[in-house]
Amino acid sequence: MKENNLTRGKVTGVIANLVMVDVDGPVSQNEICYINLEGVKLMAEVIKVFEKRAYIQVFESTRGLKVGTEVEFTKGMLEVTLGPGILSRNYDGLQHDLNKMDGVFLKRGDYTSALDDKKKWSFKPLAKKGDTVAAGDWLGEVNENEQPHKIMVPFKFEGRYKIKSVVSEGEYTVNDTIAVLTDQKDNEVPVTMVQKWPVKVPIKTYKNKPRPFKLLETGVRTMDTLNPIVEGGTGFIPGPFGSGKTVLQHAISKQAEADIVVVAACGERANEVVEIFAEFPEIEDPRTGRKLMERTTIIANTSNMPVAAREASVYTAMTIAEYYRAMGLKILLLADSTSRWAQALREMSNRMEELPGPDAFPMDLPAIISNFYSRAGFVYLNNGETGSITFIGTVSPAGGNLKEPVTESTKKAARCFYALSQQRADSKRYPAIDPIDSYSKYIEYPELQDYMKENISDTWVDNVMLVKNILIRGKEASEQINILGDDGVPISYHVDFWKSEVIDFIILQQDAFDPIDRSCPIPRQKYMLEKVLDVYDTSFEFESFEEVNPYFKRIINELKQMNYSEYESEQFKRHEKELYYIIDEKKSA
Amino acid sequence: METKAFQKIYTSITQITKATCSLNAEGVGYEELASVNGRLAQVVKIQGQNVTLQVFGGTEGIPSNAEVTFYGRPPVLKVSDDLAGRFFNSFGLPIDGGPEVEGDEREIGGPSVNPVRRKQPSELIATGIAGIDLNNTLVTGQKIPFFADPDQPFNQVMAMVALRAKADKIILGGMGLTNDDYLYFKNIFDSAGALDRIVSFVNTTEDPPVERLLVPDMALTAAEYFAVDRNENVLVLLTDMTLYADALSIVSNRMDQIPSKDSMPGSLYSDLAKLYEKAVQFPEGGSITIIAVTTLSGGDITHAIPDNTGYITEGQLFLRRDTEIGKVIVDPFRSLSRLKQLVIGKKTREDHPQVMNTAVRLYADAANARTKLENGFDLTDYDERTLKFAKEYSDRLLAIDVNIDTDTMLNTGWELFSENFTQAEVGIRKEMTDKYWPRKK
Ligand SMILES: Nc1ncnc2c1ncn2[C@@H]1O[C@H](COP(=O)(O)OP(=O)(O)OP(=O)(O)O)[C@@H](O)[C@H]1O
Ligand SMILES: [Mg+2]
Repeated sequence: MKENNLTRGKVTGVIANLVMVDVDGPVSQNEICYINLEGVKLMAEVIKVFEKRAYIQVFESTRGLKVGTEVEFTKGMLEVTLGPGILSRNYDGLQHDLNKMDGVFLKRGDYTSALDDKKKWSFKPLAKKGDTVAAGDWLGEVNENEQPHKIMVPFKFEGRYKIKSVVSEGEYTVNDTIAVLTDQKDNEVPVTMVQKWPVKVPIKTYKNKPRPFKLLETGVRTMDTLNPIVEGGTGFIPGPFGSGKTVLQHAISKQAEADIVVVAACGERANEVVEIFAEFPEIEDPRTGRKLMERTTIIANTSNMPVAAREASVYTAMTIAEYYRAMGLKILLLADSTSRWAQALREMSNRMEELPGPDAFPMDLPAIISNFYSRAGFVYLNNGETGSITFIGTVSPAGGNLKEPVTESTKKAARCFYALSQQRADSKRYPAIDPIDSYSKYIEYPELQDYMKENISDTWVDNVMLVKNILIRGKEASEQINILGDDGVPISYHVDFWKSEVIDFIILQQDAFDPIDRSCPIPRQKYMLEKVLDVYDTSFEFESFEEVNPYFKRIINELKQMNYSEYESEQFKRHEKELYYIIDEKKSA
Repeated sequence: METKAFQKIYTSITQITKATCSLNAEGVGYEELASVNGRLAQVVKIQGQNVTLQVFGGTEGIPSNAEVTFYGRPPVLKVSDDLAGRFFNSFGLPIDGGPEVEGDEREIGGPSVNPVRRKQPSELIATGIAGIDLNNTLVTGQKIPFFADPDQPFNQVMAMVALRAKADKIILGGMGLTNDDYLYFKNIFDSAGALDRIVSFVNTTEDPPVERLLVPDMALTAAEYFAVDRNENVLVLLTDMTLYADALSIVSNRMDQIPSKDSMPGSLYSDLAKLYEKAVQFPEGGSITIIAVTTLSGGDITHAIPDNTGYITEGQLFLRRDTEIGKVIVDPFRSLSRLKQLVIGKKTREDHPQVMNTAVRLYADAANARTKLENGFDLTDYDERTLKFAKEYSDRLLAIDVNIDTDTMLNTGWELFSENFTQAEVGIRKEMTDKYWPRKK
């Protein structure tokens, strides 16, 4: 019965995408297998073994599946294929190339290859005969969309190797042998430009992982200025539906100062991925002048695609990010939405009749989430170079209530918390990040504070802290005004409130769809912060509270026009001048 | 639907619940269709010999020796141009007295469109209702529900939108529709002379609730035929998706699944997303747009059904009765069309985004002023003006009985701004105010 020593089995039960299989040999947890459904092979993963029965989750619809259908096990876990040509590609959750599939509709079992095996890459050796190398060391590089793509000693290689030969500079396909290594026992091992790696296992070929300390510029003022994220940092964006999670993530993916962006569209809308497909090949990266798509890889497991592949999709994305980090690059990894991945786990644990944790999620959800976030980070490679994965996930809490398992587990794992507020979204104060509830733990890191003092300005950190205080004071003033009435409080309360409104309208709010306002580089953020602090530092004189609102509206209007104008343009300066005329009108002597 | 001649008849049922029954059978495929004493059923679980069927008509009166036969295939719909103008039940059988439709057999609930084969939606759907066209512009290929309390005129608004939308086909999927509403749709389509563009799949309150589960898939299979095979613009109306979700929970609870929030199945998000994601714009010109209704209970949008829906659809439209003007309006606060960015200011006049946002912001200021008033505080002059603005805005733009083109909506917006506010208070980009701010007469 058994051929090639591979275990086989027969289907004995089907509940949606959970399939029970009786096996004739050993199977391991997370082993990949294929169900042979009338000639179409459906990929599946073992998620539980009980005696001779394997429980597998199928990455496809199980429609038409019958008891007795043959299943073949592969011995391998779910792996991704790593090599040049990953950038600009659109993959499904299991790294099949969506563009290579035929037809309008997805077909079960249409498993296309991740890379192009015909394309020739111009290879340049970086190591030479006689060098001693280990997993992750750079053997050479090819030019992938103008990025140096390192060809590395495969991550699965254990111990030290000696380079027996490296091919000379020239054109090679991914499957050509580019080097031959010898292991300690003098066995020769050929190396190509492709390698495989199991997605659930972190790639750890780096030397160490220090605390991150470099600001990662996103161009989003309320993040960079108030709650900055760092290269190699982690953050998450919880928010009720429609509060702006996806728009914010898309903005970050377009503007952030990263070498490579990996986007995992995990159980969300297909049209949102289509938006990336449509826009990224057109939009230029201002820093390189190249199209955004050239630095981007998309892993799309949209909500109508197989649920079991949702979990795989985030791991596929993370593994690709780790591969590029090992090349010494800055990676930005985005996942929208990690709640859908958690729900996929819940559906499965439910079908397996496991003991449920809170809200019927699996008991080990917090551990799963924190393991995943821990794969991000800033690293020093063995050759002294640095690389980083900055990870930002969205969370879609049921009913918008943050007291639910996915939000709570993620809060423990991620260092930045960008809470989107329904109230801000309703009043169109976008991005709806609540400035008071949200936080960045990094801002307390002395390493980052030093970095910002050096690279932005001496007073930057103090100014940021001041702004946070002004916002809190403004909120308190507004609460008092609401309780006691406009004329029941001193005029100064109105002034405090409106000074915080200036910050809200000018620093916090940012129009993601305005060609100029949507991205604000750090020097411009610094400039505008100084402007609003100028307003704050001025003491004004008002006769009555009724003057306060219209007056500050004029100030806000000028500052807003500055946000909408090309930085330092005539128009920008005109509004700035106007701003100071207005300030002078009510400035106390 | 006739069954195959050589099929085996089973007669010993081992378990019966309200919505399902189980028996021992062989060679059965997952999701296969079956008949239990003539009632249609579908395989929802296979465990060794034991097969569980979801009986669409309910299991009342089903005896343990009922005759069970299997069809050897999942539910299908026969598609052809002859679907147009016809009314069917949940199983795709005619209820209008006409003949069965001949055509290609398509499995319902079929595969998804490859995302890279989609086109980004970019065609605006004009409805004449400013609460929609101005604030929440709809686009072909979009999916959007009305969130409404059961007593609101959502079916009327939906029918009006459908008729004005200039779609090639309108496909009505009615779930738990009252007979009166069913006749209302029939009537209004008829009197608009649109019957030949309409296909209806209807499950009324008189039909068994579990049958509803087939309605959206039937409607969307028909929609895919017209959009893919015929390159037509198809508008699918699904009402009421809350009753659909209720039927899902009946079945899953009968199958002993651990319910998640609000006793809904844990898979509710995926179940709903599979339907709504059928909305698509194809590069060849065909499209499927879905307008649905999700009724709320007591306006609670945190309930699992509207909550999951909101996470799936591209926005939502809220209806609300504005007591001040005595009309139903499209609420500008809670309503949202996520795809409006793709068309406003591009397919419509350049000032559209700013006029829209500003009006809503001023309307929010008015809401604050109203709260002040209710709390017994004095209003400022600005507050008074926002209140005046809000009333006119509601009456001239938000009310669902408005029927004007988008330029007129924008001009009305500018008029209301200039009548009530200064340019600085409005805070619109100067290039725009220079161009559109109405000159004093
Ligand atoms: N920064 C912004 N500027 C302008 N409009 C915005 C901004 N952010 C969000 N919006 C508006 O809010 C809508 C919803 O945003 P988005 O799709 O990002 O929400 P979401 O939180 O991802 O919702 P869901 O959980 O349902 O996916 C957008 O379509 C847009 O109209
Ligand atoms: Mg989103």
